[in-house]
Amino acid sequence: MRTLLSFLPALSLSALALTACSGGETLPKEIVVGEYGSLTGAEATFGMSTKNGIDLATEELNAKGGIGGVPVRLVVEDDQGKPEEAATAVSKILSRDRPVAVLGEVASTNSLAAAPLLQTNGVPMISPSSTNPKVTEQGDFIFRVCFIDPFQGTAGAKFAYTTKGLRNVGILKDVKSDYSTGLAQYFTETFTKLGGVIAGEEAYSKGDVDFKAQLTGLIAKNPDALFIPGYYTDVGLIARQARELGFKGPFLGGDGWDSAELTKIGADAIMGSFFTNHYAVDDPNPVVQGFITKYEAKYHEKPDGLAALGYDSAQVLYAAMAEVAKDPKMAEALADRSAIPATEEGRKAARAALRDAIAKTAGFAGVTGNITIDAARNAQKPAVVVEVTAEGNKFVESIAP
Amino acid sequence: MTVFLQQLINGLSLGAIYALIALGYTMVYGTLQLINFAHSEVFMMGAFASLYLAKATGADQNPTVASVAIVIAGTMAFCALLGMTIERLAYRPLRKSGRLNLLITAIGVSMLLRNGTLIAAGPLASFPSLLPEAQWQLAPGLTLRSMDVITLSVTLVLMALLHHIVERTQMGRAMRAVSHSRDAAALMGIPVDRVIAFTFALGSSLAGAAAFLRAVDMHKIDPEMGTNMGLKAFVAAVLGGIGSIPGAVIGAILLGLSETFVSGYLTSTYRDAIAFCLLIVILLFRPSGLLGKHAPEKV
Repeated sequence: MRTLLSFLPALSLSALALTACSGGETLPKEIVVGEYGSLTGAEATFGMSTKNGIDLATEELNAKGGIGGVPVRLVVEDDQGKPEEAATAVSKILSRDRPVAVLGEVASTNSLAAAPLLQTNGVPMISPSSTNPKVTEQGDFIFRVCFIDPFQGTAGAKFAYTTKGLRNVGILKDVKSDYSTGLAQYFTETFTKLGGVIAGEEAYSKGDVDFKAQLTGLIAKNPDALFIPGYYTDVGLIARQARELGFKGPFLGGDGWDSAELTKIGADAIMGSFFTNHYAVDDPNPVVQGFITKYEAKYHEKPDGLAALGYDSAQVLYAAMAEVAKDPKMAEALADRSAIPATEEGRKAARAALRDAIAKTAGFAGVTGNITIDAARNAQKPAVVVEVTAEGNKFVESIAP
Repeated sequence: MTVFLQQLINGLSLGAIYALIALGYTMVYGTLQLINFAHSEVFMMGAFASLYLAKATGADQNPTVASVAIVIAGTMAFCALLGMTIERLAYRPLRKSGRLNLLITAIGVSMLLRNGTLIAAGPLASFPSLLPEAQWQLAPGLTLRSMDVITLSVTLVLMALLHHIVERTQMGRAMRAVSHSRDAAALMGIPVDRVIAFTFALGSSLAGAAAFLRAVDMHKIDPEMGTNMGLKAFVAAVLGGIGSIPGAVIGAILLGLSETFVSGYLTSTYRDAIAFCLLIVILLFRPSGLLGKHAPEKV
């Protein structure tokens, strides 16, 4: 009885929305949005945080009546953080759910595996946090709401050279990750241009847990600091082993460090290290603090940068959808009626209109800064540098593009 | 010179862990001619067993000698039991069918355990500090970690124990007999099933010890941790001559050292490629592994 009662308002609402086009149709309308991410696997907090952010944005949107009265339904697939699984997850979403747009992934390697599929099918994709430049180069349907690695690497190098006065830095990168090798390259370019010296560059492979061989070689060259553009699980261990081998200097890194797990694994070894990130939890900006309050109320933890980017990516998508839905014909093409999908031509037109609307995003006030999508479908926005401390990540400085 | 010695320490402690796992592969191969792909998951589940035992005994908050000893013994016992269970449920019913069936079953068991752990325990757990973590600065740039000392000594003690069991006990003699010829051993009245179960228990408990040492040293454990280690240990066993106990140890130490020296002196980017090429070269000249043919104590 209770289920029937709760169903009634939804029924009457959809019946109202449908009177214009069809007679006896009583199934509720919905807009289907796909999402793929690493909900399990080594970088599980990336996928989970992003999903939390996207869920929060979607919940808020649906509470306000969705897109012109039609709620958004998310279809989420886990890719275990593996590129081959990312491609599988996306083809599954595409063939089964026919979404109007897809959100994901965090890791650039995984986004790169899935992006070509979405491009050929003409489905807009917004990556919340893949920073490797190659991701949006896959085609005109692929967007992102974060900055890219050339900028992040430059910001990191500027911070190391100018703010910290470091002149001699060693690098340890993950050779299997597009993100890590790209960031290492851009850091090196700017750092050497500024006058710094790269003492040595070593590599490891995702899944390694013993870094002592590489670290012994690097530390023997006496660097002032170590730049580790990897993901949090590896970074925590690398920091520990470097300290055990007698390294005293700070560690530097990128947004791949951003997870509560970093300090759990790295413990004391990682304290006092710095990394470039998309936002800082202690930013007084009311948009940021409002987001943190809402997020904490729902999930009982502080959002990391990936949660904030997940939230922003969904917000940008929904703003573009609202724009497209101003045209009633397009609004019709965006939505599915429960199991009955819109026509293929209509869906195609809606996706193309959605792509154009996303591309026009300008000055969108997101949690991670004002988002303007440029001609290369990347977001232009500043980076922040944060310090890892026992009380959480502390804002150090903001570096403009 | 200090860098060389440091890399030597790094390589030996890595090789010691490989050796403990490689022994499980080689012993099972010796008795069943089966490559037990589930062995890497026994190692991984041993690490999770250690974590839960540490929480249950309170060793994660306050590691005392007694509670840590319980964790080690419990982990080895858990792995021994797990190995025997896998053998009883998955391999024994198939022993009469072809070797390929067994091999595929082993891969299936491995996937089952890995994904089961992923569902039950989650993708990543941090591991508490259970053993004293000290570093001794022997020279500038040369550090000896307490974990390296513990890893190497525990490995040596377990090897000596294994040697004693295989060479000096009734069960060891039975194991060697079964590995020579299962049918002949059965005709002589040796309880082949029990001997095989014991072999699994022995190999798996060594993997349990390796899992404990690895988890304590690395402070993080995940359901994928067995895949890489298992592959390396398997290669070490093949390199030493699969089926040969001393061969597995030598192969493992050699693999640990070659990996470490390649990434320390040549290039860490192509570490695995170069390390494995070295192994291919060795196998080209000695196709049955270093001690494959001349193994007097094949098990």
